[in-house]
Amino acid sequence: MKLRYKDLLGLAPLTAEEIELILNTAVPFKKIFTRSIKKVPPLRGKTVALLFYEPSTRTRTSFELAAARLSADVLNLSVSSSSVQKGETLIDTALNLEAMKVDYIVLRHSVSGAPELLARGVRAHVVNAGDGNHEHPTQGLLDLYTIREKKKKIKGLTIAIIGDILHSRVARSNIWGLTKLGARVRLCGPATLVPPDMKTAFGNDIEVTYNMKEALEGADVAYVLRLQLERQQENLFPSLREYNEFYGLDAKKLSWAKKDCLVMHPGPMNRGVEISSEVADGPQSVILEQVTNGIAVRMAVLYLLAGSTGVMPAGSPAQFLAERKPL
Amino acid sequence: MNRTADAPAAGKLVLDSSGIDQKVRSLCQSILKEFSKELGKLAVVGIQTRGAHLARRIAQQLSEETGKPIPVGILDITLYRDDVHDIAEQPEVKETDLPFDIGDRPIVLIDDVLFSGRTVRSAMNALIDYGRPQCIRLAVLVDRGHRELPIGADYVGLALKTRIDDVVDVNLKEIDEEDSIRIRKYEERKAR
Repeated sequence: MKLRYKDLLGLAPLTAEEIELILNTAVPFKKIFTRSIKKVPPLRGKTVALLFYEPSTRTRTSFELAAARLSADVLNLSVSSSSVQKGETLIDTALNLEAMKVDYIVLRHSVSGAPELLARGVRAHVVNAGDGNHEHPTQGLLDLYTIREKKKKIKGLTIAIIGDILHSRVARSNIWGLTKLGARVRLCGPATLVPPDMKTAFGNDIEVTYNMKEALEGADVAYVLRLQLERQQENLFPSLREYNEFYGLDAKKLSWAKKDCLVMHPGPMNRGVEISSEVADGPQSVILEQVTNGIAVRMAVLYLLAGSTGVMPAGSPAQFLAERKPL
Repeated sequence: MNRTADAPAAGKLVLDSSGIDQKVRSLCQSILKEFSKELGKLAVVGIQTRGAHLARRIAQQLSEETGKPIPVGILDITLYRDDVHDIAEQPEVKETDLPFDIGDRPIVLIDDVLFSGRTVRSAMNALIDYGRPQCIRLAVLVDRGHRELPIGADYVGLALKTRIDDVVDVNLKEIDEEDSIRIRKYEERKAR
């Protein structure tokens, strides 16, 4: 079996079988980390360009290590020192990378849909490393991997995703992945941060609640999202203290969930705001394992895209821009 | 290689179940003869998929015969293939499991069929990324000739004369319906 598309733009376009193929392939890749030589040769001679228009440490480092451990060469483009500052468009930057025979472009961008725009314009494999509030597919995949590794399954589990759902691409990728693999998802946060139309967008496997006790009762996983502190200026919640009081995950609130409920967070954490240190560092936390698994999952993605059937998204970049619906 | 498990056996029978048992015994005897003084360090490593099953059989026989446990590992060479992006169907990456330190041990690498030698080349590269064995020997159930690399087996169960376009199937009970070695001639393969 192989992946259909030449790109990884999100988990929404993937089938359950494709998601499982990536998770299964990540298992042997993870075992490579325990060897003294943490490197295998399948992408020898290939070049991976990391094009990050937004700050990121974890995701960028993780992609860099994943590519290096597959023996690819890595090109790290920092936007602040590139031609972007001189007004070059995204597509022009990508076409120039392609003219230098780059095989992969890993893109992080603040605009939802930017990776798809790029994927239509270049032959290189485009991997979405987070676009606006649309998707962050490799984060979703590493979360699925971590849950499956710990719980031995995903189907039938109840996962509570807590916090700023509205602005979270991590939440959207997780919802797509979890529901495709048969989990039940509960979304919980202040009403200003949970879009009311989630059920219409994602279907009936989603529950929405504004009450932490309802969200956590019987949950197998408590997935805490990062609270972007600048949202307070937008008056989306009154104060950090109040947010913490109602939605910050601490030992007391965690006790409402199943005894073996996993605690997850995509990082970076605001300790004492959305999660207490006691919980983040506690025995139910798998937050650092998520980071380790991220490399294995990204290796699997890069490896499998090389062997994909190579379907490009239909239509030119110009068409995409003309037809673009809000994501 | 890309044959699915449990496919009905086809082709002319070259060796049946008792024939395979006998070849496995003779491979064990030759391995014991060379390593009788180093049984404490000896380990066998099978190449996924059928080589791994053969390795388990060989390790078990060696352990029974010597009274010493012989560790067995399995090696997946997919990531070390030289054609990984050229084949139509991307091969599944399977598990590698070497539950012992291979450093300074004599390692007997085991596969079902020796053909071009490319799998063995990949396996040696993969193995050496785990450490520096004292030596690597190669044991195969069938050597069917037509080498493309300067590689030879140290222990051979059966040397089989074949045409380059024949297909040699080793079936093992662990994953196939029977223990057998069968050969499909070029014409039969076309007819299927």
